[in-house]
Parts: sequence; structure tokens; C-alpha cells
Amino acid sequence: MTNFMLDVTHLAKRFANGVEALADLSFTLNGGDFVSLLGPSGCGKSTALRIVAGLAPPDGGTVAFGAGKPETGFVFQEPTLMPWAGALANVRLPLDLKHVPRGEANDRAAAALARVGLAGFERARPRELSGGMKMRVSIARALVARPKLLLLDEPFAALDEITRAALNDDLLRLWREDGLTVLFVTHSVAESCFLSERVLVMTPRPGRLAADIALPRQSQRAPGFRLSPQFLECQAKVSDALGSSPVHGGEPAPDLIGGGLPRSGKTEGANAP
Amino acid sequence: MKRLLDIMFPLAVALAVLGLWQWIVAAKQIPPYILPAPSAIGAALIQNWSSLAASMLATITVTLEGFAGAALAAIALAILFSQSRLAERALYPYAVILQVTPMVAIAPLILIWVGFEHIDRALALIAGMIAFFPILSNAAQGLKSTDFNLLDLTRLYGASRWQTLIKVQMPSALPALLTGLKIGGVIALIGEVTAEFAAGSGTASGLAWRIVESGNRLEIATLFAALSLLALTGILFFAALSLLEWALLRRWHESAIKKET
Repeated sequence: MTNFMLDVTHLAKRFANGVEALADLSFTLNGGDFVSLLGPSGCGKSTALRIVAGLAPPDGGTVAFGAGKPETGFVFQEPTLMPWAGALANVRLPLDLKHVPRGEANDRAAAALARVGLAGFERARPRELSGGMKMRVSIARALVARPKLLLLDEPFAALDEITRAALNDDLLRLWREDGLTVLFVTHSVAESCFLSERVLVMTPRPGRLAADIALPRQSQRAPGFRLSPQFLECQAKVSDALGSSPVHGGEPAPDLIGGGLPRSGKTEGANAP
Repeated sequence: MKRLLDIMFPLAVALAVLGLWQWIVAAKQIPPYILPAPSAIGAALIQNWSSLAASMLATITVTLEGFAGAALAAIALAILFSQSRLAERALYPYAVILQVTPMVAIAPLILIWVGFEHIDRALALIAGMIAFFPILSNAAQGLKSTDFNLLDLTRLYGASRWQTLIKVQMPSALPALLTGLKIGGVIALIGEVTAEFAAGSGTASGLAWRIVESGNRLEIATLFAALSLLALTGILFFAALSLLEWALLRRWHESAIKKET
């Protein structure tokens, strides 16, 4: 057995309305990985993330964890906060649901808020916070239960570029400090290249893996990575894989694909080193 | 200053209308058994104050009992619907039937079943039956409109149904529930008045009965006095429920927050 954290094999999903979201998706995450799941909108990447989180059942394929289901944090595209509760109470929700004593839960929630730069905003209601701050609260909530696996579903898509860059830096810091394993869904090539050490490129719907691209490790990147030719190189590589994936119309009609079952385990254009 | 004007303008309109009313009654010599002057109504109010106040208290008590019963039953049923799709499918049509049947039509039946010796209980039951549906439908709607992602989050952390209900669904439903309570509170009063009319002579002791009684005796000034107190009761109900809504939502819900410009 290898030291894998998460092993997804031949994942398939078809919705009740007949839309086939995922055809055959397989990939493996190792402990400490920061991996992006990149693809055009509607390719089933969010569906894959929900299946991994256990929030939706797959129609085919398996999700296996190396050492039992790890504590998992989830960050949605929207901040998804409780509007009636202050920032501290929002962050505390996972601990409340796990019956952590109130005093300890408050301390841990306050610490989590401080880690995302929101010390002093404990009592602020979501409506009193900016979009970026709300997303920080959401991240603090995902981290408060000390997850091993962090799943993020296009969390920064609705934010302006300046806020997004700041949150990208913060996310990398938290990943390093906590030794997290991160699966990050995005449709931004630049974001996937900046954040992750590996990018899984998906085809348009129904989603399957188009490419598994290894990027330079974060520890080997120079401080000015965002402006370096290396960054552009990474983006070119990922864009290439995205562009060469089969487009709409080239795929067989959904009803020809038997019952959403995986057709083959082979991934198209995979070039993982 | 702006708030003062908000009070001053309607007050000025009221004084103008009352003045005009007083003047017309005097100038046209309208008999008091058709339209009494505001001064005569005021006099009737003072003269019959102790009995009218007792009637008002009776109306308020019965309406509150009916409203409280309806609120408890409706919220309990809405929670049951939120927990069991089957229960909702099986029972919701009957709640609708209860609502679309004009309650005046079954008031006599309820009065007979509950019995005229327990007239207040019968009146409260009719008021409650009328108030029930708007509270139920708004509460059920509110419980259903919980953010799906928040529900996913509770599943991710292995929350029990009870935890999900208390921590997420109930607070989400609060704005809709309060809207239902506001509507229910006002129409509970309408239901109580209707029930008193249906109960008829000598048994009921509320304001609606005083209106019927004064009308029969052609004491129109007393009728108007009772009517004014009934309007005041309605305003009190609405104001109390609006205050409750404001107190519970003011920190977070858009409807209760003054927009800063």
C-alpha cells in the first residue's frame, strides 16, 4: 500500500434529469498534496468534490481513503454563513455540532478567526462584513475542526482580483502550517497554477480526466513566482491540456453511454510524469 | 424632526376629519341614531367605560388564547412536515381545506359541540382555526427555504436531525414564521369577532357582542365606541407582533434593518 490519502476510481454520476455530470473520473491524492481540479464550467468538478465529501452518492466508481475517512473541511462557492449569527458563532458551528464544550469551542473559534486575520470581528454579523471577509470566516469555519482534508469549491470565484490574491496567499500559508491535503476546484488556469503542485484537468461534460499535470513544488518556487516566466510556463502547459481536451459535440450522446457505468479506466491525454 | 412629522401629519388629518364630522352632524342636524357626533361617541365611551373595558379585555383574552393555541399547533405541524415528506403529503391538503372553508360556516357547529356553557373556549377555538393556516404555511415555507449548502454542512459534521433543526432550520425559518404570526394575529381577531356574531345573544361578552347589542338598541354612539376599541385592539396586536419581529430580526435580517445612506 502506498501512502495515499484519497483514491477516486471510475467515478460516474448522472442526475435525475438525465444530465450525465461525470463519466469516468479517477485520481489519487497523497497526504500533504495541494491539487487543483480544473475544467470548464459544468464539467462535473463540483459534483466530484461533493461525492468525495460524502454529500452525494456516486452512480458508479468508488471513493477510498487510505486511513479511514479523514476529518474533512468544505468551503463552498458562496460563504454560506448563518446570517443571524456573529462571525464567532458561525465559525463555531462544526464544534457545536460535535458537542465540543462551549468554552473550548469559543477559544478554538476565536483562534481560527485570528488565523484568517479577523481577530476583533467575533461579534460582526455576515451582513456587516465584505465579500472577502465573509469568505475568510467560511475558511476559518472549515479549519476549526482541524481537518486533514480540505475541499474547496471555487471559493474565490466571486471575489475581486486583489482580495483573491490575498486569500490565495493565506490559503497557501494555512496549508503549509497545518500540513493539510487540499483539493481545490476552480475554472481559473492562473489560480490553479499559483496554488497547486498538481493540476487535474477535466474534459467538458460528462467529466473525465484529460490530464494530470505536475507543477513545481511550492517549496521550490521563488518569492516572485506570480511574475516569473516559470508561472507563465505552467499556465501555458495547463491551458494546452485544457484546450486539447475533447470539446462538446465530439462526445457520444449521453443515452449511448450505458447507465453511467465507467467505460474504461484509461484517461485521455494523461501525461503525469 | 422627520419622526415628529410622521406623527404630526396623520394626527392633523385625524383632527380635520373629526372636526368636519362634528360640523356636518351639527349643521345638517343628523339624528344621533344614524350618525352620532365624535363628541357624543367620546361621551358614550366615558359613560360606559367600565363595561366596555371589560368587554375589550374579554375579546383580547379569547383572541390571545386562540392565537397562542394556533401558533403552537401550526409550528409543531410545520416541524413535522419538515421532518417527514410523507406527513406533509398526507396532511397538507386537509390544512388547505380547513383554510378555504369559510370558518363562519362551521362556527355554529363548533358552538354546539363545545357548548354555550364554555362559550369562551368555543370562541378561542374558532379564532385559532382561522389563524392556524397562515402560520402553518409561512412556518413550513420558512423551514423549507434553509440554504442547501448549510444543510450539507450539518451533514458533513454528522449533525443529528434535532441539531440541524435547532441550529440551522429554525433560525432560517424565523423571518417567514414571524410574517405568518403577524398575519395570524390580526385575523385571529377577525375570527373572534365573527365567532361572537355567530354566538349571538347573551352568551358572549366581548366587544363584537357589544356592537350587536348597541345596534339593536339604536345606541349608535356606544356602537362607535365599541368599534373604536376593537380597532385599537387590532392595532395593539399588530404593534406587539411587529415589535417582536423587530426585536428578533433587527441584528441580521434585511427587512428589519434601516438602510444606511
